[in-house]
Amino acid sequence: MENSINTGGSGKRLSRSQTEPFAIRWLLISVAFVFLALFLFLPLCAIFAQAFEKGFGTYIEAIKDPDTLQSIKLTLIAACVSLPLNLLFGISASWAIAKFDFYGKSMLLALIDLPFAVSPVVAGMVFVLLFGINGMFGEWLQAHDLKVIFAVPGIILATMFVTFPFIARELIPLMQGQGSEEEEAALVLGAGGIKTFFKITLPNIKWGLLYGMILCNARAMGEFGAVSVVSGHIRGETNTLPLQVEILYNEYNFAAAFALASLLTLLALVTLCIKKALEWKASLNSHPL
Amino acid sequence: MLKRRSILPGFGISLGYSVLYLSLLVLLPLSMLFLKTATMEWPQFWAIVSSERALASYRLTFGTAFVASLINVFFGFLVAWALVRYRFPGRNMIDALIDLPFALPTAVAGIALTTLFTETGWVGQYLIKYGIKVAFTPLGIVIALIFIGLPFVVRTVQSVLEELDGEYEEAAASLGANRIQIFMKVIMPNLWPAVITGFALAFARTIGEYGSVVFISGNMPMKTEIAPLLIMARLEQFDYAGATAIAVVMLLISFALLFMINLLQWWSSRRLA
Repeated sequence: MENSINTGGSGKRLSRSQTEPFAIRWLLISVAFVFLALFLFLPLCAIFAQAFEKGFGTYIEAIKDPDTLQSIKLTLIAACVSLPLNLLFGISASWAIAKFDFYGKSMLLALIDLPFAVSPVVAGMVFVLLFGINGMFGEWLQAHDLKVIFAVPGIILATMFVTFPFIARELIPLMQGQGSEEEEAALVLGAGGIKTFFKITLPNIKWGLLYGMILCNARAMGEFGAVSVVSGHIRGETNTLPLQVEILYNEYNFAAAFALASLLTLLALVTLCIKKALEWKASLNSHPL
Repeated sequence: MLKRRSILPGFGISLGYSVLYLSLLVLLPLSMLFLKTATMEWPQFWAIVSSERALASYRLTFGTAFVASLINVFFGFLVAWALVRYRFPGRNMIDALIDLPFALPTAVAGIALTTLFTETGWVGQYLIKYGIKVAFTPLGIVIALIFIGLPFVVRTVQSVLEELDGEYEEAAASLGANRIQIFMKVIMPNLWPAVITGFALAFARTIGEYGSVVFISGNMPMKTEIAPLLIMARLEQFDYAGATAIAVVMLLISFALLFMINLLQWWSSRRLA
């Protein structure tokens, strides 16, 4: 549900009857341009303009701040844990759903989409209800001196929750479209299950897999609402990069806030570039994502 | 459980692992909302979800999400149309940039839009001359939600528009229809399901939005406090019952929307087939 893929630029020529007069065409393009300039280009420019407003030295200073470095580290940890776990889930869910026919399949498909339908704030608060002091496991955790909420495990859990569907959503339609003849042929010829997966299935889905992973990663590193609920905003301890941006911004330290924001923006732009490259690659290999 | 036997291995373990992971990470935590609600008395629950402040927040959340999604339907359609039908310089770059709101962290979008639209910002300073205040008003929330919802409409309409067969348009033209007639009678009937789906997806996404709104809205109770913010405020006061009750209301509405979207997609795939 989160993203629909387009192959972009199929480049087919349209006949005269299928297009508008020159003037109308350019009027429509101009309106689209102005709208996108206002809502996409301008915010992008504003981020970098604000980040470098006080000079390059301030920019570097803001990033070298120990609390900021700690927040970058935490962001990386959250992404590094949630990405492989959601990858494993994505592969196993898509294998079960695409290769087999079983009862309750559409139910399972709908449930995988659930985290997309949940507000990030609610996604964070369910973990507070589970592991918070008054939560279901709160007393048990306290008795064993374990901390989940307002600590790193809570942040990782919240990140895993919001990025849960990304890879599965990408792989399921892809594998369903490919069918299972190739795997069946390999098995009939005597290959084992593991070998079949690595030699047949994985090469077929690798671009889709990468595609899902970069989207998952972008969301994991950028998640704000869910993480904000469980983090407790302890400086240098439980702040991820987006939370650090919020704190600096609320302290009117705009130059530093936008410096960090520009890092996250670069991440987003790199994500978009890889995404576009993968779509292009997939269209060449005639395995549409 | 299998409907049909298959020679492929790994059904048990892949399904088992998927269901286990789904249950532990998603279903168990979400069920806590309903368990917590079940411990509340009905009058208490009702008092929370129908309090003035809560009602004001629903009105604001759904009102701004509705307006933003409508604006997105109009401009998103136009953008998708231009991207699919026309060739112009920078088309590929724009096509890639449409997904920016997916990839950009919401907090970053929030501070960037706020900076643009405050009274001294690049855009806000011109609007204020006409007496239009954007930042810290419901209008600001609409702006943030337009940003967040845009790719949903563009991508949904774009993919259907690309699949559209030009032959019908040529046939209509050769039978003497003009461009407006072709648009209204040949193109639009095929696009309606996509337009409505795009609207619903954008709406569903924006009613839960928090990160981009929290900066631009000003967060004044009764005035610019959206429902996710109210939940956040309750959580910060450790009022878990209050937060849960409002969260359940929002969640049920999201589920209803999700169900509707699935229905729409089923309907449109049947129409196209």
